[in-house]
Amino acid sequence: MKIIVGMRQLADLVEELEVADSEVDIDRDFVKFVSNEWDEAALEEALLIKEAVGGEVVVVALDEPDVDQTLYSAIAKGADRAVKIVGVEEGWTPTRLRAQLLAKWLESEGSWDAFFTGVQAADDLDGQLAGLVGATLGVPHAAVVSKAEPEGSSLRITQELGGGTLAESIATGKVVLGVQAGRQAPRYAPITRIRQAMSTSSIEMFEAPEVDLGPGPKVRKIYPPQSKGQATMLDGDPVEVAEKIVELIRAKGLVR
Amino acid sequence: MSKDVLVINERVQGENPDLTFELIGKAKEIAGSLGGSVGVLVVGDLGGTDAFGAADRIYTVEHEALSTGYSSQAWEEAVLAVVEAVQPKLVLFGTGTIGIDLAGSIAKRVSGPLASYVIDLAIEGDDVVATSQLYGGKLLAESVLEGDTVVVSVIAGSFPSEAGRSGGSPEVVSVSAPASLASLSLLPGVVKEPDKTGVDITTSELLVSVGRGVGSQANIEMLQELADAFKVPLSASRPVIDQGWLPKPHQVGKSGKKVKPKVYLAFGISGAPEHLEGMRSSEMIIACNTDPKAPIFEVAHYGTTLDLFDLVPEILEKLEA
Ligand SMILES: Cc1cc2nc3c(=O)[nH]c(=O)nc-3n(C[C@H](O)[C@H](O)[C@H](O)COP(=O)(O)OP(=O)(O)OC[C@H]3O[C@@H](n4cnc5c(N)ncnc54)[C@H](O)[C@@H]3O)c2cc1C
Repeated sequence: MKIIVGMRQLADLVEELEVADSEVDIDRDFVKFVSNEWDEAALEEALLIKEAVGGEVVVVALDEPDVDQTLYSAIAKGADRAVKIVGVEEGWTPTRLRAQLLAKWLESEGSWDAFFTGVQAADDLDGQLAGLVGATLGVPHAAVVSKAEPEGSSLRITQELGGGTLAESIATGKVVLGVQAGRQAPRYAPITRIRQAMSTSSIEMFEAPEVDLGPGPKVRKIYPPQSKGQATMLDGDPVEVAEKIVELIRAKGLVR
Repeated sequence: MSKDVLVINERVQGENPDLTFELIGKAKEIAGSLGGSVGVLVVGDLGGTDAFGAADRIYTVEHEALSTGYSSQAWEEAVLAVVEAVQPKLVLFGTGTIGIDLAGSIAKRVSGPLASYVIDLAIEGDDVVATSQLYGGKLLAESVLEGDTVVVSVIAGSFPSEAGRSGGSPEVVSVSAPASLASLSLLPGVVKEPDKTGVDITTSELLVSVGRGVGSQANIEMLQELADAFKVPLSASRPVIDQGWLPKPHQVGKSGKKVKPKVYLAFGISGAPEHLEGMRSSEMIIACNTDPKAPIFEVAHYGTTLDLFDLVPEILEKLEA
């Protein structure tokens, strides 16, 4: 089975995010970019399938800050090839543009069986990638996938319907999946293996073609939520705060 | 140009989700200001019309491929057929599995814009203005959606559901199933109800809940000790489950359990919308998070930015004293 995994970089949510002067994007100058966590789950699921039934895993991403790190670490984890789509304007890339560019590359890649990517990304305002890639290519897709298991030439797909209910479906042909979680947590690539990948393999380049973006939301402004000032902050050192917390719980009659 | 609003009912089997009624309530308000009507699409078995009394019309599509299980391809074809027949101004999805699954492809196929993660909606002239939560709730984006048909997906809990539950007698309109349903390559299979074994976190009046901030499986031990000291179960955010640090029944949130304890203690949980969906109606929320800008503090009643590793041992100490 030949599985393509679409990956991307994203501002690290652990860091402070500032709004840019334009007020329609985050300030990208000082943020750290990391791999989208759900793409890592998609990669893991693809690697598990390759290990079970053989085949090939190819990772593809747009050229974004520190994306080489993500691509080489995918190779270190077991991906066979890595492709970077270059020539895309820097900044907040609409998901529609990602989808169109990926679709162009997927068309140029010839035959493949499945395209996996993360279920969502923290800034995909104009749509989640799997559905957009699927609709662009006319290939069926499924999102919020927590398992994809090969059965002959088909894939048995498990989707989470919410609240723990699961729905299975069988993909008998090409399919695009938005992965929520793999069957196991993403594997870890030791730095030595990543270095080795960097010296023994190279990233293929694909020049971004012109595409028609189509309609999307026109962002007027981005702003931090107005703090409703809900939380009363408990001051003091750990001993004092611990005391206050136990007091609050005691007041509810939940501890003696 | 149509002025109607179409709500997609995200139900595969079982109860109609509360979110559908949130959407119908908001749809009534929007349709009111546009001068249009409200339709709700019920895919598969309709049951009765009573539940959807607040809508003007109920659209149904029936086909074998829609009667049991869930194939996103089958649903996409069905939803598209209804959207094309009704040509609404606004299509409202929830940000549940079906919204995440289909909102993008439907928008793409009708050549309309989509805004995801919406928490508020308004009409300005001919346009829909949407406020969306981005970056795990850390930022909001206000965007304008122009076009004959625009699509949004709404985060659960954004609107009151009561307004969508009033009585009435909606007209039922059956839309013929598209021919494409006969040639699916993504075939519906079984639907599995949640595993009822393991811990039940939904009945406890106090929950100790742990997030990714705990850092490792070994560190969970300390939180487990705290839960044991309170004699309550340990609950967790999704990454803790996905990492395999705790089993699934411990998970709180959209794809886990909905909980409403008297006190919810959150340690190292950022407060992403999908987590809040499961615990925001707790009577009292106390959050410990080293990031003062963590969205959890927006819903918490009490908070501290102390390191959980400094705080938890002190709480344990207090309890043992
Ligand atoms: C379809 C779908 C369904 C989902 N369903 C769910 C669901 O049911 N439940 C759920 O929880 N999530 C769900 N998610 C995932 C959700 O989007 C978030 O990724 C998740 O809730 C984040 O979990 P977290 O807060 O534990 O981790 P993070 O967001 O990584 O937050 C960790 C926090 O810990 C803090 N921290 C770090 N170290 C310390 C320390 N020493 N002391 C104190 N604080 C510290 C950090 O400041 C940070 O805010 C779902 C996502 C999708 C797409």
